[in-house]
Amino acid sequence: MKIVILGGGPAGLYAGLLIKKINPAHDITILERNAADVTYGWGVVFSDRTLASFQRADARSYEQITNYFVIWDAIDTCYRDERIRCGGHVIASISRKRLLNILQERCRELGVTMRFGCDIADLSQLGAHGDDNNYDLLIAADGINSIVRRAYADHFQPAIAQGKARYIWLGTNKVLDSFTFIFRENEHGFFQVHAYPFSGNASTFIVECDEETWLNAGLDKASEAESIAYCERLFARDLQGASLFSNNSKWISFPTLKTKNWHYGRIVLLGDAVHTAHFSIGSGTKLAMEDAIALAAALEQHDLLEDALNAYELERKPVVETLQRAARESQSYFETLKRHANLEPVPFTFHLLTRSGRITYDDLKLRDVRFGDMVDRWYAQQAAPYATKWGNLDMPFQTTFAPPPMFSPFMLRSLFLPNRVVQSTIIEGTPPAVHVPGITLQEFKARRTGFGRFAWPFCAGAGLVIFEHVAIADNGRITPNDATLSTEEQAETWKLALRSLAPISMAKCGIELNHAGRRGATRHRSEGVDRPLREGAWTLLSASALPYLPGSQVPKAMERDDMERVRNDFVRAARYAEQAGFDLLQLNCAHGYLLASFLSPLTNQRSDEYGGSLENRLRFPLEVFEAVRAAWPEAKPLSVALAASDCVKGGFTVEEAILVASVLKEHGCDLITVQVGQTTPEGEPAYGRGFLTAFSDRIRNEAGIPTLVGGYLTSSDEANTILAAGRADLCMMEQVSR
Amino acid sequence: MRIGVGLPNGAPGTSGQLLIEWAKHADRGPFSCLGVVDRLAYDSYDPLSALAAAAAVTSRVRLATTIVISLLRPTGTLAKAAASLDALSGGRLVLGLAVGARREDYIAAGVDYHERGQRLTEQLIALRTLWEEGTLSPRAEHGPPLLVGGLSDASFARMARYADGYVHGGGPPRAFARAADKARAAWRDFRRPGQPQLWAQGYFAFGDSAIEAGKSYLRDYYAFTGPFAERIAAELLTTPQAIAQFVRGYEEAGCDELVLFPTVPDLDQLAQLADILDGLGRGAL
Repeated sequence: MKIVILGGGPAGLYAGLLIKKINPAHDITILERNAADVTYGWGVVFSDRTLASFQRADARSYEQITNYFVIWDAIDTCYRDERIRCGGHVIASISRKRLLNILQERCRELGVTMRFGCDIADLSQLGAHGDDNNYDLLIAADGINSIVRRAYADHFQPAIAQGKARYIWLGTNKVLDSFTFIFRENEHGFFQVHAYPFSGNASTFIVECDEETWLNAGLDKASEAESIAYCERLFARDLQGASLFSNNSKWISFPTLKTKNWHYGRIVLLGDAVHTAHFSIGSGTKLAMEDAIALAAALEQHDLLEDALNAYELERKPVVETLQRAARESQSYFETLKRHANLEPVPFTFHLLTRSGRITYDDLKLRDVRFGDMVDRWYAQQAAPYATKWGNLDMPFQTTFAPPPMFSPFMLRSLFLPNRVVQSTIIEGTPPAVHVPGITLQEFKARRTGFGRFAWPFCAGAGLVIFEHVAIADNGRITPNDATLSTEEQAETWKLALRSLAPISMAKCGIELNHAGRRGATRHRSEGVDRPLREGAWTLLSASALPYLPGSQVPKAMERDDMERVRNDFVRAARYAEQAGFDLLQLNCAHGYLLASFLSPLTNQRSDEYGGSLENRLRFPLEVFEAVRAAWPEAKPLSVALAASDCVKGGFTVEEAILVASVLKEHGCDLITVQVGQTTPEGEPAYGRGFLTAFSDRIRNEAGIPTLVGGYLTSSDEANTILAAGRADLCMMEQVSR
Repeated sequence: MRIGVGLPNGAPGTSGQLLIEWAKHADRGPFSCLGVVDRLAYDSYDPLSALAAAAAVTSRVRLATTIVISLLRPTGTLAKAAASLDALSGGRLVLGLAVGARREDYIAAGVDYHERGQRLTEQLIALRTLWEEGTLSPRAEHGPPLLVGGLSDASFARMARYADGYVHGGGPPRAFARAADKARAAWRDFRRPGQPQLWAQGYFAFGDSAIEAGKSYLRDYYAFTGPFAERIAAELLTTPQAIAQFVRGYEEAGCDELVLFPTVPDLDQLAQLADILDGLGRGAL
């Protein structure tokens, strides 16, 4: 087969040598624009898993590559002048130039023809170099600006998304013994560096910042030398006298390329010509060379070219897509890093290391026990102020032992929670009657019915149990089965129930007060949600007269006296909650229930002072909050279950939620329980494990308020990862059935 | 986890007599249900008709659509057909619905391809209401259990809001596990009591010639997915070991009912599957 490879980078060279090695009968020519010894870029990194596949593919080049490797196992994070080391990550790197030399040499050995200095600007030129257009296979490994992909863009269907940040690829003679992240803030903004050694005396040094910072610093107008001088000044303390070097380096934004079809007729795309993934996960060259391995294997296994190219695409596409997803997470993390700038160095580092969601608390503990232990100790130390509440601590606070973060205590006002685990439960009707002294055995048995189910969440080890969806009045119920707290008698029943729990549980007890709004008067949840009652429905209230579903009751748009009544009902329920002995009170302002219906522009179309601007939409929920805060004891925490997003276009957004959380905090809110969606039936949260974590991260770190997050968390590893990274303060855990 | 078997209603060349015989044999065990697939623009049997025929010759197995492309049928017609089948079979119907992925089926039915998700939601709500009202069909307090399929975020929300469970389209246990987590997360988010019923499916063929025939059937049936059809063909379960691993993987991922579909309409295939399940200690009713 006559094969032409366009592009003499790692992908093209590796494909050439592997295909030739498998079948020396192939006639292979590589065309490269640059001279043999000219290359851009500094070092490239590989993980140990990639190296194993290189060894299988071609032991000779593998040996040469590894001979020149710089190998390290630590990642250092330099932040606020602290350097935190986390070991156990086996990473190796090599100079890009050295890698190309090795691959070129190997190609020569095997008899692959290489032509350098062939600048192909147009596919018709392929004939001009003695190779007429009669190739059997054209392998396009000509990079992100591939002329082949462009020439047949209709068939390949590429899509490029430009990153929001700017970065410049520099080199340095600073000696590094780890992958090093450096974070620096100056008057222009926030900068970060991704640096790693690639030879005995040189390191790659990538400087990145957001566009605003880049413009503030005037780097859009800076020459190459000025850019280098700026970076040398900014990172003077890190470089310690070492210099930065350029290699035709420019400030650019990262282009992420995704291509729908990877081959067309006798043409196949390889490496950066078909996909890119943000440099922060260091996978560009790795993916390109793995593409080459897969293509060579497919050509060997299949007789028909079409089958081989299909097999290649089928094998590589899912792998690349998975990595691109991780790269996307990592990229967006660095683009929005400023959000986490208020985290202390330890959680900041932990957040950084777990940014892509692929590495967890348990993984890091396995890789580096000392790092894991340091994280636990830092977390445990956060309890120091709880001790100083009772008197001065006249010595440095030392924990005798450091449990994993989920078993660290937490305090909200005077409420001491023994750990970070929360369970929620919904009970129907009133709490089951419980044992009180002086009743007959028969009465006791009758009253005890259902108590086990009621008590179970309290026995499972959580530090806090919250009874969700307790209605403030009968007309605020979601279904007729909901519990209500609107009478003295109900308060007393709750009181007895809570008292009888005391001997069996260390868990503190919270209650969530709700008014269902336009989602009220529906059937039992076992029949589905939001199905209107066939009979016995009560009149619904909402911010505006919009039914939840087309067949739902049209709610009454609340008038001033409705608002007063509802606010008074909330206050009354809060007083009863205090009488019953609850430790924490939560107001539901999520999932499209009454208070949330005011927040969202989708459900609030009022033209009075309660509709329109965010300030107006927040007015009624805030009036209720303030009235309840005044009625609820000063020493006890008040929490809000807040919609963090409607997950619908044109709906309430996380940015608005952050503002609302800040205002609530100013008014004495102690905790935000993060929820999303259900505002309207069109809401489409990306359900899955931890689907609320990113929302919680933003609210906690941008509004500066403690958060409780759920989102189908079932394992201690998930909880510890969220907590140690400062993405939330408390985790709502779910029971796993089976 | 219960294990059911598919009727070969989607395999070209299946005779009516074979479908009936297949159903009779399956009813003797060890299978928990008979599943059917749905495709309009393809040489295959209508899923509800096939199940109606099966209902007449079986007494034990549940009858499940995994799935029926419900939008191809007017909602009233579908409500009536499903309620009739449920009543005819003595309440053995499990109705799995999804929007499907093939435009040709919609063209063949003369049904709009756009906004299918929204219309499926409306259909889900309407089905239950029609069954309860009983004006079109034998009245039913609840109607048959409803399952919803699909992999979009909206599918999981729709499932958790209106249905009783989720039906997965196929793939390795890992893919099912991810979808199952999404289904449980959505279910929990809507505070539905208990757990969603989780259904899944796989394809099998035993014996060299059957394996070849089965693979080419899958390549053809899934040709609309492009190169992905090759992967689906490669995942065909062809040995007792493959069945054992598949069954175990799905069970560990929390599947409630796994339906194994034939790719070759031959009763011998059904007998071999029954033997294999027997060997796995799953031969008892």
